[in-house]
Amino acid sequence: MIAVSRRYRFPAAHVLRNKALSDDENVRVYGKCANRHGHDYGLVVTVAGPVDPASGRIIDPARLDALVGRHVLEPLAHSDLSRHPRFAGCISTAENVARVVHEQLAGPIEQDSSARLLRVQIQETRKNRFEYGEER
Amino acid sequence: MVRLTRSIDFSASLQYRQGDLSDADNRRLFGAESRPHGHNYRLEVTLRGELDPATGMVFDLRELKQILEREVMARFDHRDLNADTPYFEKDPPTPENLAGVIRGLLLDALPTGMLDRVVLHQDQDLFVEIVEDPA
Repeated sequence: MIAVSRRYRFPAAHVLRNKALSDDENVRVYGKCANRHGHDYGLVVTVAGPVDPASGRIIDPARLDALVGRHVLEPLAHSDLSRHPRFAGCISTAENVARVVHEQLAGPIEQDSSARLLRVQIQETRKNRFEYGEER
Repeated sequence: MVRLTRSIDFSASLQYRQGDLSDADNRRLFGAESRPHGHNYRLEVTLRGELDPATGMVFDLRELKQILEREVMARFDHRDLNADTPYFEKDPPTPENLAGVIRGLLLDALPTGMLDRVVLHQDQDLFVEIVEDPA
């Protein structure tokens, strides 16, 4: 299996808060993340597929950058994820950020290239990272 | 099964060209990558195997270091990938192709079944991984 990955960053705000819970319960479940705050999210997008013999590439990195820009970075950078329509009905944990980014990107990458989205990694801080998708 | 990973850094110059195309066609196909430039690469090589109970090791790191020195550093570090190596006369030295060449060299140099994966980082923002099928 061969795959290529690109790294991106986007700053965003969020708050972890379940509306069904009281303030006290939210603090018990989410701790200090129940306060509105933000991160410079690191994003690693991994796509797998055959290496095109003419270009020597799985996907044109500029093409991938454009897709990630249009479907992820432009909508999410400098936004409040907890109020973002793409997070309606879910809590903007890093797990859900990874899942939402995967859902936004999988279709466009498949339509636009012979590659497929393998996995998405979200680095919420330097200490925590989360993956959604397949290993291989 | 245990995995061990060793990393090495090397730098090389290169330009993307397909051997049979004209300069103008190469420029059209590869853009800025068709001009001479350079990259800092980091290669992570992961081996897999069973622990040898006598040594407590999967593979002797000194031997792995020697193999990486001979197969990768001597060939590619501070070299021109197009002019100094035979691997990119026809295919452009994209990270996909370079990782494929390195994988082939290491498969030949290592005991059968020991290579788990190679991950080739081109600077900070892009990396290619080639993962071997499970044994």
